[in-house]
Amino acid sequence: MDINILSWIIWIPIIGMVAIAFVPRENVLLIKIVTAVATGIQFLATIGLWSRFDASNGGFQFMERAEWIPSFNITYILGVDGLSLPMVILTGLLFFLGTFVSWKIDRAHKGYFALFLLLDTGVMGVFLSLDFFLFFIFWEVMLLPMYFLIGMWGGPQREYAAIKFFLYTLFGSVLILIAILALYFTCGMTFDMILLMQTAPTALDGVMWWGMSAVKVIWVMLFIGFAIKIPVFPFHTWLPLVHVEAPTAISVILAGILLKLGVYGILRINYTMLPVAVWWFAGALALLGLINVIWGALCALAQKDLKKLVAYSSVNHMGYLLIGMAAVIAAGEVNGNNLLAAQAGLGGAVFQMFNHGTISAMLFILVGVIYDRAHHRNIEGFGGLATSMPIYSGIVAVAFFAGLGLPGLSGFISEAMCFIGAFPVFKAIVIASTIGILLNAAYFLWAFQRIFMGELNEKYKELPEINKMELFTVVPLLVITLFFGIYPRPFLDLISSTMNVIIDKIAGFGSIAGAF
Amino acid sequence: MDSLNTYLFIAAILFSLGLFGVITRRNGVAVLMGIELILNAANLNFLAFAKYGGMNIVGHIFALFVIIMAAAEAAVALAIIINIYNNFRTINIDDVRELQQ
Amino acid sequence: MTGNMIMDYSLLILFLPLAAFVIQIFIGKRLPRQGDWVSISAVITTLILAIAMFASMLIGHDPEFAQEASFTWLDMGAFHIELGFLVDNITITMLLVVALISTMTHIFSIKYLEGDIRYSRYFAYLGLFTFSMNGIVLANNLISMYMFWELVGVSSFLLIGHWFEKESAADAAKKAFLTNRVGDIGFFIGIMLIFSTLGTFVFSEIFDGIAAGKMGGTVLTFAGLGLFLGAMAKSSQFPLHIWLPDAMEGPTPVSALMHAATMVAAGVYLCVRLFPLFTPDALLVIAYVGGFTALFAATIAITQNDIKKVLAYSTVSQLGYMILSVGTGAYIAGFFHLVTHAMFKACLFYGSGSVIHAMHHALHKKHDHETDPQDMRNMGGFKNKMPVTYWAMLISTLAISGVPLFSGFLSKDAILAGTLSFASHHPTHFLLPVFGFGAAAITAFYMFRLIFMTFHGQPQIAEIADDIHESPKEMTFPLILLSSMSIFIFYTLPYFNPFSDHGWFTELIIASDAAVPGNPSAHYIAEGVHHAHYTAMALSLFVAALGIFLSWTFYYKKKLSADEWSEKLKPMYNLSLNKYFFDENYNRFLYQPFLKLSGLVAYIDWDLYDKYFINGFGRVTKVLSFFTGRLDYDGLDQTIVDGIGRSVRQAGGILKFLQTGRLQSYLLFALLGVVIIVLVQSF
Repeated sequence: MDINILSWIIWIPIIGMVAIAFVPRENVLLIKIVTAVATGIQFLATIGLWSRFDASNGGFQFMERAEWIPSFNITYILGVDGLSLPMVILTGLLFFLGTFVSWKIDRAHKGYFALFLLLDTGVMGVFLSLDFFLFFIFWEVMLLPMYFLIGMWGGPQREYAAIKFFLYTLFGSVLILIAILALYFTCGMTFDMILLMQTAPTALDGVMWWGMSAVKVIWVMLFIGFAIKIPVFPFHTWLPLVHVEAPTAISVILAGILLKLGVYGILRINYTMLPVAVWWFAGALALLGLINVIWGALCALAQKDLKKLVAYSSVNHMGYLLIGMAAVIAAGEVNGNNLLAAQAGLGGAVFQMFNHGTISAMLFILVGVIYDRAHHRNIEGFGGLATSMPIYSGIVAVAFFAGLGLPGLSGFISEAMCFIGAFPVFKAIVIASTIGILLNAAYFLWAFQRIFMGELNEKYKELPEINKMELFTVVPLLVITLFFGIYPRPFLDLISSTMNVIIDKIAGFGSIAGAF
Repeated sequence: MDSLNTYLFIAAILFSLGLFGVITRRNGVAVLMGIELILNAANLNFLAFAKYGGMNIVGHIFALFVIIMAAAEAAVALAIIINIYNNFRTINIDDVRELQQ
Repeated sequence: MTGNMIMDYSLLILFLPLAAFVIQIFIGKRLPRQGDWVSISAVITTLILAIAMFASMLIGHDPEFAQEASFTWLDMGAFHIELGFLVDNITITMLLVVALISTMTHIFSIKYLEGDIRYSRYFAYLGLFTFSMNGIVLANNLISMYMFWELVGVSSFLLIGHWFEKESAADAAKKAFLTNRVGDIGFFIGIMLIFSTLGTFVFSEIFDGIAAGKMGGTVLTFAGLGLFLGAMAKSSQFPLHIWLPDAMEGPTPVSALMHAATMVAAGVYLCVRLFPLFTPDALLVIAYVGGFTALFAATIAITQNDIKKVLAYSTVSQLGYMILSVGTGAYIAGFFHLVTHAMFKACLFYGSGSVIHAMHHALHKKHDHETDPQDMRNMGGFKNKMPVTYWAMLISTLAISGVPLFSGFLSKDAILAGTLSFASHHPTHFLLPVFGFGAAAITAFYMFRLIFMTFHGQPQIAEIADDIHESPKEMTFPLILLSSMSIFIFYTLPYFNPFSDHGWFTELIIASDAAVPGNPSAHYIAEGVHHAHYTAMALSLFVAALGIFLSWTFYYKKKLSADEWSEKLKPMYNLSLNKYFFDENYNRFLYQPFLKLSGLVAYIDWDLYDKYFINGFGRVTKVLSFFTGRLDYDGLDQTIVDGIGRSVRQAGGILKFLQTGRLQSYLLFALLGVVIIVLVQSF
């Protein structure tokens, strides 16, 4: 490829940001248009990437490589594979839609949209960079705009939420940085992730630090760092707070993409560089998944604030994903080389990543719609809205049904795959977590009933119906959810080669995992 | 008698006289005269080395420069002294202690 | 008809209602007549196609007929799922039932729902339901079965909640969906158990795997029971029966279509489809659940006064029969009952709908919004006012009570014969026939109670009696058609023996052998049923006559007073009237503690864990930073850093006295320095 499409995808938003800097602050419309154009071009570029992507190849494609800081072996490497491609497309889409969700931002437009574009670059960079140093820089670049976007354009408790988010995530970043440096010094002084994927799995054999296996230490540090982002119980409490305070578009980005970065990090780094430890940790992973499912669902059931309910539903949905991720060890010899289950589990987890991205984004946009009209989100404070806003309630119904895993909508398939995959290895955990099927339905339907059914609340008789701009942001997500729910094959074809590479790698280390 | 030593000896006496004058005299003009003596002692040394010590023409040139510099210095210093007189109505340097903070 | 055509027809039958749903959702409101003709023509087309398929089945006369087709739905290499359809005689019969009842419901709804604010929505949801029900019928694998299973649940949610402004309707919709989800958990665990052992979702491959001994024993029992849990929830079996009576909050035609004839029968259909995989242990559980439900629900139906509630409990009870027959191995009898029951129960519901419609209009005319139009105590004497409704309901009641010449007699008799034969082989399970015959007697009793209270005697509210009229044609047509479908010949053709179920049904729809090694063969079971046939017939005729007679003395002749007897049997009467307090106890021991738990968890999460533990880190850091700040400023900065500056300043204060300001003294110092250097040098 001559045109360096990955670099363009990453840096287009920065060009937009520079352009915004030259727009006078009063010219709000132009600022918005510049943002929309930048994210729009970026989205089209990701689509172009998809059309040229070779799904049969499980390795990295569209590689770019340039010298950067040779004295420390730091290189500018970009590449995309079946794991990152769906997330890149999703990022492109959600930032593009997010621009229109942000249309109603009422102050300091210039700063908002500039930071929004910077965030875009950070996220894309994390998904596409294959050099640890670059990865970490993008990881931190992403953090800063989030801090300001929440802290300046958020709800009443925005400063508290912003600082909590920032510190919590930074704590994780520190652990990730230490782990990166540990890998750098133990595995041949390189930040090149592709190289590390080859050397790291064996380089740490038998290395002990403070009486503990080095592999385990690094694994756990990376895991905690990423788990905070996912978020995995017990690192999850920042999520509801931040969601409640963040402006709608930022909630959408946060739930749709940023949570996936944690999962992406674990699959990209922990799974491929330290595959031995996956065997050691898979049980804990599945158990954490179970706790996430049950705990998240119970918390969601008790919420009075609709946005908090949706936030806890994210915790709940991430649990299914963790269970699916743990299923990868089914492919090992000890578990009878059950490739079928491993593919179902890992494929389900990555599919769930994507599906939760679209579904939760949809849910947050819809919560934003009602908040803009009623200026509150108290579930008990509505009632009978299906009478005054039939289209809106119809869309919410579909989104809620997608959230509760209704067949025909994409969430069902990925959740079912996670379960089916993990079942042969973690029978008890999977059976216990199927209660989630019931709890999901309980909290979504109960909320739906309280908001949309029953007598129409007189206060909201004149509530305006969902408008065209809002429809424009929701409908694409709705269509994707429906399409993959009916016919998931295109998505799974896209990822399956890469999934098989990961599975093969982990399965290959199954035989020595016992001794480890 | 070694002639270089003679010159140096005379120059040393001249220098000591100049230094003594600079340190002890209260009158600014006298201090200046002391400095002139020191400079001339140096000139004497240059010439002596030019003749006996192998400095040759360089010594002469240095002496010439010193004379020119001394003339300039005298002009500037006298101007300063006139200024001091204008400001303080005295040229007694003990009374002019502006250097002390 | 060729195999390809059969497949094409099936796909059309599946997708036409979906197309109607899509059209209705998006543009239904803007079409003339709110687009009801779109939905109706779609289902009528499916009915014609189903009849064509049915005719070809009768002409082909091949009991072994089966067609399968599938496509790859997802594929990751080793893990792939093929979705597909299976069309055999059971499928074709069931498609016809669904298409027929669905068409009747559409036609009935034209008048019943006339002027409803969400008229087009209603028809849209009916289309969605018909689509998903056909999907269940056509599925050849567990995954698509599960998917359509849930979609049926959603359409049920939407239709029960059609009048969602009523809090009770909204509650009932939610309850139906959640109760079904409980079953879905079991269903899904069953799927996972089977898939993890056999690696397939396709029915035929599962049966082959089990027959080859790849799966069996306890695991298979649990898998079967898991799948059965799904069927229990859908078919409203004890103790998950609680949602069906509440589901009567939906419009009455919906109750007829879904909550009587088709959707609730999906559980039975699932058991029929999966019968070969149930182990003897699983079958025993199924038999007891079904038998108990049959009797249990019947005892509740006796005391209900709401006409739809009686029918609802009657449905639960009849579904219990079908499940019982699966448990005893005579599952084809259960399927037979499913078909006959679909006709007469749908007819009964339309009849009740017709009565409610009439009551509603009469009350409306009197501006009476207090009186409950569904309460049978407000009716009476409608026989001459609504003759068509009366006769249709009477025929259906005769059918459900098991009176000869009607379809119910044949199917019920087959089930009871199966139960008797089972009990004669396993005398320890003598309770099963007791359940069966007991329920039969009670069924006859309460169904005639319904007829007598509604149509006979004197009008209880005289002032509305004049305004009760027969319903319009759109509503009576389904009544006439379906009640005639309760006559025996439709099921015994080409034979005319009203006392034997021998006919096209028994010839074309034959039981397949159990896949589980050691289970009795289909032939063995059929032999047993055949032997028990006449005993069962005599017994069932006796109990039906007993029930009808008692009902006649209580409610027609009033020889015995129902009030007195209920007074005498007060504790039992109260239990039955209050449905054995199931809802109250579930609420007290399940829902409320559960909600409390979720509240507690949320409290721990947000108010304790986050506020104290997570924020605790922040607070500890803050305290620490206060101390380090003090140490830093007071200790390090003020004493050491500034200290150096201060001491330098003091030194300067002392040394400044050397600065005289006199050039001469400076020169002297310089000279002194030279002298010192010279001295040092010279030593």
